[in-house]
Amino acid sequence: MLSIKDLRASVEGKEILKGINLDVNAGEVHAIMGPNGSGKSTLASVLAGREEYEVTGGSVDFLGKDILELSPEDRAREGLFLAFQYPVEIPGVSTTNFIKTAVNEKRKYHGQPPLDAVSFMKLMKEKMNLVEIDKSLLTRSINEGFSGGEKKKNEIFQMAMLEPKLTILDETDSGLDIDALRIVANGVNKLRDENRAIIVITHYQRLLDYLQPDFVHVLLNGKIVKSGTKELALELEEKGYDFIKDEFSLSEAV
Amino acid sequence: MKEELDVLEETVSRDYQYGFVTDIETDVVPKGLNENVIRLISQKKNEPEWMLNWRLKAYAHWLKMEEPEWANVKYPPIDFQDIIYYAAPKKKAKVNGLDEVDPELLKTFDKLGISLNEQKRLTGVAVDVVMDSVSVATSFKKQLSEVGIIFCSISEAIQNHPELVRKYLGSVVPMTDNYFAALNSAVFTDGSFCYIPKGVRCPMELSTYFRINTENSGQFERTLIVAEDESYVSYLEGCTAPKRDENQLHAAVVELFAHRKAEIKYSTVQNWFPGDENGQGGIYNFVTKRGICMGDYSKISWSQVETGSAITWKYPSVILKGDNSIGEFYSVALTNHHQQADTGTKMLHLGKNTRSRIVSKGISAGQSQNSYRGLVRAGKHALNARNYSQCDSLLLGDKCGAHTFPYIESKNKTAVIEHEATTSKIGEDQLFYCRQRGIDTEAAVALIVTGFAKEVMNQLPMEFAVEAQKLLAVSLEGSVG
Ligand SMILES: Nc1ncnc2c1ncn2[C@@H]1O[C@H](COP(=O)(O)OP(=O)(O)OP(=O)(O)O)[C@@H](O)[C@H]1O
Ligand SMILES: [Mg+2]
Repeated sequence: MLSIKDLRASVEGKEILKGINLDVNAGEVHAIMGPNGSGKSTLASVLAGREEYEVTGGSVDFLGKDILELSPEDRAREGLFLAFQYPVEIPGVSTTNFIKTAVNEKRKYHGQPPLDAVSFMKLMKEKMNLVEIDKSLLTRSINEGFSGGEKKKNEIFQMAMLEPKLTILDETDSGLDIDALRIVANGVNKLRDENRAIIVITHYQRLLDYLQPDFVHVLLNGKIVKSGTKELALELEEKGYDFIKDEFSLSEAV
Repeated sequence: MKEELDVLEETVSRDYQYGFVTDIETDVVPKGLNENVIRLISQKKNEPEWMLNWRLKAYAHWLKMEEPEWANVKYPPIDFQDIIYYAAPKKKAKVNGLDEVDPELLKTFDKLGISLNEQKRLTGVAVDVVMDSVSVATSFKKQLSEVGIIFCSISEAIQNHPELVRKYLGSVVPMTDNYFAALNSAVFTDGSFCYIPKGVRCPMELSTYFRINTENSGQFERTLIVAEDESYVSYLEGCTAPKRDENQLHAAVVELFAHRKAEIKYSTVQNWFPGDENGQGGIYNFVTKRGICMGDYSKISWSQVETGSAITWKYPSVILKGDNSIGEFYSVALTNHHQQADTGTKMLHLGKNTRSRIVSKGISAGQSQNSYRGLVRAGKHALNARNYSQCDSLLLGDKCGAHTFPYIESKNKTAVIEHEATTSKIGEDQLFYCRQRGIDTEAAVALIVTGFAKEVMNQLPMEFAVEAQKLLAVSLEGSVG
């Protein structure tokens, strides 16, 4: 589904991604971990097409398309969804209106007519139950004054509404209380199927306990330096990143 | 980012959609202004003596006045001798239905997307069309006259209801009020007159579409609305103009008069040619709009969506004379390219317990300048007067400007006047968030701007709001930097 080859990107002349290689197949869940500032969010942004990051090398194939050639909106319409680490507030635009616009823009791209009000409301109700989101949030301006947890839930709600092929969750677990974490994780699990894939960026084991990733990768200084199964996450939790750093600098030295 | 800017430039520089000219023969008085021209206008309109004298008095006054320079707008001096002061469509027969209206005219309205047929059929709006200064179609008149409402062109009112016109004309905006009001008083050619008798709730929204059509023809509409005790009326004014190379002056006067417990709601959508992307052409819009809440418990509410004109100079105001009267001003002013808008309101509290509310939303894009200028004055006797003002500015790009000039004058310790102002920019983060959800830049800007202006749009009558929303989107598509 997604194939990243030697991806390099920089911002303001500074190289942040230094040759990322990653293959994600349909049905898989991949976790990306790594210390602060290692480039996790940058990778997510580059995949989503944020223009302030300059891609300086490599390629990204998504469902047979070179997505680096596509605009951010077309990447989204092709089925790429990024749950933001810091969701943005847009005063005056209600969550419902925002999502309705997003859903219909995607439908338009795929040559489908816009959803009528009734079908849209039906879809909303169904997905609201899935992520147990409070109804009152939907009439408020999107993300404006939402608590940290509410913002994250709202991201998952949008994911549910847009039914993306590939979802990137950027620290969706941070800021969530124990119940909210469970709800969000269950929501994500319910949206999993053999046609969809998920990349989870996280610092903590808690979310991975729920999601049971197929693979865990460690991103360090703009490179994936170690990949393994979910046991790798447990090892990291126990030992911290130092052992990888040591291992890595050792191998670099060789 | 560069690319994004280009997209913006491109969408912002979209051509004015309504730039076409209707081919109707017009009856034109030669360029220039002097007493004879005024006599000619009055004669063509078959006006009574008192009306002519009123005009001449205004003209004499105007000659002694100077063009105001305090507004935050810049334009070359206007040559008042280079303007045509009277142009009337030749086929000006009175009509009972749309089938009697000049088909060319109907086509024009179809192009504007405001076909009378649709308007009539879908919304039940009575439409009094003003085209080149003379009303050529009045509909729904019968239904209105059944409840005693008079809704006609001001010229007809001068003929048929001279006592009402004489009583109220110039009572809210005196001919000496300001330079442009004096000019209008001297040369106004047509406009609307509306009279709601005591206790009557107008059964429909009254609407007039103004349209400027003859090259170099200054437009000097005069609108007068009188609401007797305990009556209610909602009036809609909407405008578009064909594209022109030379600037066209528009100096209208609107007077609203509300008696005890009467309510007047006046909504405007203004979309005159703003000039091209180099600032060439476009309408100069110098309007004096004022209402007086004469009676106790009366209410006047102005709502406006302004997207057009090269220069806008406009301050719909309310004089709160009656005790417990209410004044409201809801405005969205959008400027793009080289447009300049200096607009706002005046709330003059004279009576006790008077309340006013101002909500102004300014949107600037391109290299435009958008100023809010508002005066709130509480007089000596305005015990417990209350005002709340909120002025928000939204900037799209970094070559435009937003300015706020609030003036507060309180001569009364019991008055409470509150003013809040914010300025924001459409952020790149917001745009990216939208785009990541599949909403492209254009649609995202439309979404954000609509959200920004929502509080004002909600004040507009339903069918108008839809049109206004489209207008905002079209006028702005994509303008962010
Ligand atoms: N727009 C930017 N301008 C300048 N530097 C940037 C920008 N975006 C990212 N960086 C830098 O790139 C590096 C990687 O940042 P990134 O946000 O990708 O890290 P991260 O792995 O997501 O960290 P965290 O775990 O704290 O979220 C950091 O040093 C950051 O300061
Ligand atoms: Mg991050």
